[in-house]
Amino acid sequence: MSDHYTLRVNGADYEVRDSWPGESLLDVLRDRLGLLGTKGACEQGECGSCSVLIDGGLVCACLVMAASAQGQAITTVEGLAPDGAPSDVQRAFVETGAVQCGFCTPGLIMAVHALLDGDSRPPGHSDTDGLSESAVREALAGNLCRCTGYGRILEAVERVVVERRR
Amino acid sequence: MAVYVANGVDDAVGRLAERPGSIVLAGGTDMMVEVNDGALRPLPDADVVVVNRIAELRSWRHDPAAQTVTIGAGVTYTEMLDEPLAGMLPALAEAARTVGSPQIRNAGTLGGNIGTCSPAGDGLPVLAALDASVEVAAAGGRRSVPIGELMLGPKQHALAADELIVSVTLPVIQGWQGYAKVGVRNAMVIAIASTCVVLDTNRRSVAIALGSVGPTVLRATSAEETLAATIDWDEQRVDPAALDELARATSAAAQPIDDHRASAAYRRHAVGVLARRLVARGLATNGERAA
Repeated sequence: MSDHYTLRVNGADYEVRDSWPGESLLDVLRDRLGLLGTKGACEQGECGSCSVLIDGGLVCACLVMAASAQGQAITTVEGLAPDGAPSDVQRAFVETGAVQCGFCTPGLIMAVHALLDGDSRPPGHSDTDGLSESAVREALAGNLCRCTGYGRILEAVERVVVERRR
Repeated sequence: MAVYVANGVDDAVGRLAERPGSIVLAGGTDMMVEVNDGALRPLPDADVVVVNRIAELRSWRHDPAAQTVTIGAGVTYTEMLDEPLAGMLPALAEAARTVGSPQIRNAGTLGGNIGTCSPAGDGLPVLAALDASVEVAAAGGRRSVPIGELMLGPKQHALAADELIVSVTLPVIQGWQGYAKVGVRNAMVIAIASTCVVLDTNRRSVAIALGSVGPTVLRATSAEETLAATIDWDEQRVDPAALDELARATSAAAQPIDDHRASAAYRRHAVGVLARRLVARGLATNGERAA
């Protein structure tokens, strides 16, 4: 079953052929499917640059055996802007200067979407409180950025929170 | 080698029996690190049996009569943070919150923590302090193993290669419980030293389990007994001098080593501090500010 399997990525089915069955989802996305938005760096779940959503949950693609994700809905950064129009989170990152070298950006964008779109906020932070800086920091603790010092990333998140409240 | 997504416990253990040398993949947060750097290559004639979509492993249940909670091995750290599970097992929720990052907590599972059996596994001191019972399945049937008998050493456990961890049963305790660890930052960190304290007010007993200070998770039994005899259980109060003795006795129970993360001396000191801090959170102390 694993010399040939199907992955559903951003709503489209992709056939994966002739891959080593133990390959990570990160490698399959980039090297077999040509979806280069998902970045790879540490390959041990430390840096978050390969963050994707599987069935709505934020995970590191490097820690997912690709063949084990058959039948699940995978969303990569490419899936956020299918028509080329950036999402509100992507726009806020650009506008606040939260993008410098850009390598961590796709993973961070996925993590911010998981935080703001889903229900992934840390315990003790209720929806009605808004989103404290400590909650945002805890939610983004798995995404390393070596350029920005995080201030502008936090600003971008705050901007989206305010925009969405309007 | 094939990747086999199992649809049930019987299906998974059948596959493990049929294809010797096969390995179980749950959340992947430990195993894929080894696969990615080439340290783990599944055998050509064996399979990777994926178990994180088995419904029985993905669920948990509360038994009010027995006052226990049984958590499927595939329940993630994120799910351990959700109510009502977190309210019934607060130390486990605290431990789960210190694991990795949201990405790791969404994938990593309680069963995987046991299967990896690292002395630094954050869930394991909680399971040890609560005397958890682990249910495992093989093609021939199921058995329950006390957590203390299951953990043998660093990444060594008492399970056979064809056995699958199905669930963990834990008591719902009346009284305070908590978990704390020391590391270089608040996220994405492997414990340099960790401690779980459970104060069982019904049985008037104390349980203290230590992580990252021995070949496997350790119980500080002497410290437990001394503290239990010293606590004023009716007033939920403890004398500050008892906390000094607690820290000393807890440190004495550690069997740490020097490694690249910390020295043995630091680890030994740290578990004493953590035990003291946790008990001070759980009980009123005469004249001492809770740390």
